[in-house]
Amino acid sequence: MLVMLLVPWVLKLVPGVSHYLDILVFAGIYTLATIGLSMLMGYAGQISLGHAAFFGIGAYVSGILTVRYGWNPWFCMFVGVIVCVIVSFLIGTPCLKLQGHYLAMATLAFGIIVFIVFSEEIEMTGGPDGMGGIPGLSLFGFKFNSVLSYYYLVWGVVTIAFLFSVNVIQSRIGRALRALHSSETGANAMGINVSGYKLQIFVYSAVLASVAGSFYAHYINFVSPGSFDVHFSIKLLIMIVVGGMYSIWGAVWGSILIAFLSLEWLEMFKEFEVLAYGVILLLVTIFLPNGLVGLPAQVMGWVEKRKK
Amino acid sequence: MDQAVFWQMLVQYLITGLTIGSVYAMVAVGFNIIYNVTEIINLAQGEFVVLGGLVMVLLQVQFGLHPLIAFCLTIMVVLGIGMLLDRLAIRTIRQPTVLTLIIATIAASMIIKGSAMYVWGKDPYDLPAFSGRTPIAFLGAIIQPQALWIFGFLILVVVLLTLFFERTILGKAMKASADNPEAATLVGINVNHMILLSFALSAAIGALAGIGLTPMALMEYDRGAMLGIKGFAAVILGGLGSFPGAVLGGLLLGLIESLGAGYISSGYKDAFALIALLLLLFLKPSGLLGNVAILKLKKF
Repeated sequence: MLVMLLVPWVLKLVPGVSHYLDILVFAGIYTLATIGLSMLMGYAGQISLGHAAFFGIGAYVSGILTVRYGWNPWFCMFVGVIVCVIVSFLIGTPCLKLQGHYLAMATLAFGIIVFIVFSEEIEMTGGPDGMGGIPGLSLFGFKFNSVLSYYYLVWGVVTIAFLFSVNVIQSRIGRALRALHSSETGANAMGINVSGYKLQIFVYSAVLASVAGSFYAHYINFVSPGSFDVHFSIKLLIMIVVGGMYSIWGAVWGSILIAFLSLEWLEMFKEFEVLAYGVILLLVTIFLPNGLVGLPAQVMGWVEKRKK
Repeated sequence: MDQAVFWQMLVQYLITGLTIGSVYAMVAVGFNIIYNVTEIINLAQGEFVVLGGLVMVLLQVQFGLHPLIAFCLTIMVVLGIGMLLDRLAIRTIRQPTVLTLIIATIAASMIIKGSAMYVWGKDPYDLPAFSGRTPIAFLGAIIQPQALWIFGFLILVVVLLTLFFERTILGKAMKASADNPEAATLVGINVNHMILLSFALSAAIGALAGIGLTPMALMEYDRGAMLGIKGFAAVILGGLGSFPGAVLGGLLLGLIESLGAGYISSGYKDAFALIALLLLLFLKPSGLLGNVAILKLKKF
């Protein structure tokens, strides 16, 4: 964990490949969005197929309120969070009492509805062409308008979120969720409010996604519905599965890897990105169920078996 | 609005709704078959519909095969792909949890979609209508003959499946596997084969829907996701796991979508089905014909 704090400093020396820093900013934003989702999947065992919607709501709320009303960006971020809290609460409450399929499909449906709203409500959102002119962020007069400064900002926030999440996992909520994981009926029998905890994690993941979305909007100063479609929701999913569902480090590594893949290394595939991601996802699901994070353990296990 | 025109439009919307509803119903039935036997929601279900249409186009239009031959081949090809999906994506997972299996179907749907884009490109494709395109007048509205074919396919599916599940040993074996896999294994049923069969059946039904739909609404590589989720909405509407529910749900959903698009807003057409789904989940998740108790038994 302490390593986590050092990593950004080390990377500061590396930008010889200067645009990598830009990619890492995105990686940071994605990590912020996926930490909560990873907890939802790995600890609460639920799946959200519409997280791009929360991300998008954060982005659009920040964008619309700062551009059209000139409000303070940080406040707008907060507003975005509130919206996402309400929405996630509304969706989660009925669904989390039922089988996981329901949350999966409800979030998928929700994600698509939000996407359609973004595309159709042209006066408010600029429609499919998007909305530009979103201002950057500044704090006490210091303007985050360089890639480097934004890099520190984002990863700083990620670190805070990460530490907070670790705290959650080690707290009562986390222990409850792990009990839930082994046996939901057992957990229920012990008086653990299973649905309640799942709901809290779901809302938490929505909050983080919203904040990440706001940062996204202020970074590239432009939003369009295309960035917040089902494809992006699935990309978030891939980040978590590839990185490792059962540890929030998975969110970090997965996001970094996918950020590089999508912005740099898979450029050659252009539109066949979908195919590449599908194959990656399938291979990881089959062969690497614990993701990259679980790789060392898996290799060790394999080596052990070979020794016999 | 003029009374006559109002009724005319209403009938038209109803017809359109029932037509597209039949497609959703078929997708929903496919979902249920797999769900009942495996508890997995196959998120690649919509892709079978797309493949049905596109493969038919390939065989009939590109290769010039006789429609009936193309039809049979298409069903077999997509059925085969459904079986591949089971073998490659589902059976290979060593520690299957329902969550992982759903992710596997997502991955499979992406692979199918990407491959479809590779083979067919992004253009929409058309098929010649089965019995021409002369519209039939009905109560002041128009029915495309193709719509009757789609509806006919649905009825065919309902009849054949009912016969299959009620009258054949294989069908009963499948039901047994769905109810209690362990017990089924004990009496000698190979549950893995049943799972394979469920995928094959779902794929075939999906393909049928696609073949029926393409002459009316064209088909392109990326329609799968939307069809899939609407099909799922139909499943929930009718009650997860219920066969008559799927049919009812599909038709109802088609009507909701059609009426919504007609009377409220056509830009939000896709959203109607989805909003209906969300409302349903909040108010009555067990659906119209579903069983509330089943919902609470969670393996996932």
